[in-house]
Amino acid sequence: MKALIIDDSRTIRQLLSRILHECGWEVVEAGHGQEALEVLAANSDCRLALVDWNMPVMNGLEFVRSVRGEDKHTDMRIMMVTTENDTSNIILALEAGANEYVMKPFNRDVIEKKIALLGLTAA
Amino acid sequence: MTISPGDFDYISKLVVERSAIVLEPGKEYLVESRMRSLLQETHCPSIRELVQKMVREPNGDLKNKVVDAMTTNETSFFRDLHPFEAMKNVVIPDLLKKRESTRQLNLWCGASSRGQEPYSVAMMLLENFPQLTTWKVHYVASDISEKMLARCREGIYSQLEVNRGLPAPLLVKYFDHRATKWQIKDNIRKWVDFKQINLASHWPHLPRMDIVFMRNVLIYFDPPMKKIILGKIRQILKPDGYLFLGAAETTLNLDDAFQRMDIKQSGCYRLREGQAHPSREPASV
Repeated sequence: MKALIIDDSRTIRQLLSRILHECGWEVVEAGHGQEALEVLAANSDCRLALVDWNMPVMNGLEFVRSVRGEDKHTDMRIMMVTTENDTSNIILALEAGANEYVMKPFNRDVIEKKIALLGLTAA
Repeated sequence: MTISPGDFDYISKLVVERSAIVLEPGKEYLVESRMRSLLQETHCPSIRELVQKMVREPNGDLKNKVVDAMTTNETSFFRDLHPFEAMKNVVIPDLLKKRESTRQLNLWCGASSRGQEPYSVAMMLLENFPQLTTWKVHYVASDISEKMLARCREGIYSQLEVNRGLPAPLLVKYFDHRATKWQIKDNIRKWVDFKQINLASHWPHLPRMDIVFMRNVLIYFDPPMKKIILGKIRQILKPDGYLFLGAAETTLNLDDAFQRMDIKQSGCYRLREGQAHPSREPASV
């Protein structure tokens, strides 16, 4: 299964990428929301997107709204992975169409359990 | 940090005396790992010094702290997922039909630890079966450690703890954000009756249970104690009640009265016909 990691921090992308690879995922990456839309257009088989909130060009919330505003990628599960930890922001992201929400910092166990909650792999 | 054979022997004897949890040789790593934060908390430079302090002050609180540290286990919200799916899809719908006349449900979560397990059950129930708020639900959650029970009653979790296994929609619905922590809302906290119960000792009065959650507890006991505990559960479980054990636990060769249900990796058991305890409401067990 293929996942899209969207974060402007290369370090975070590398960390998430390593976790997902160890869990058997194929990974593609983007540094902001606009780039992610382009990556997604070339990788329509992505089943999961891990999305940072605060990024240049297009932020994570705008990316979620953009993707959910189309008929494409309806099966793709979206998980925010962000430092934003206000209840109001979590609600905002869920209402925009995110399926799960991880607050940084995180570890492998957190990511694995959240992916399991999305029904994409065993816990 | 390494533990000497003598100090391991002292701690394992203390733990078995006070909790019946057996620390077999080979578990030295576990003691070392669990003592790490306690050494910091008590300003002891080594396990050697910790043991000597317990010897010097046999009635001090340090022994309780050591037992607490050894009997408290890492857990997460909705651990293993499958038992919660089984509850949602099979167990609760069945009990709602069978208890429709009394509209009463008794549940016991037998190893609360930091509270994630009992609160996960509570959230699952409220989320999927809101009609239960009008039922008489007696929900007991117990643990051997008073320290852990105090934490459970408080219901405050770190960001990392709420990240682990808790669906985001439930986080925003059932928790209040307080600075860097998250506290479970009063309506859930007040629903759960937290009690101190040492499974290896005398149990207080408990009503006949519809569901017993006893996951990932039996693994810490030796086979004779496992048999005793399962026997006691048999006495308090209603004939058509349900028992949940951890994924690595079984009643096989311990108590034949229980039959594993064929629900995907749920660790769900029921009593075989005619195996329930005859008394309707035991005074104590």
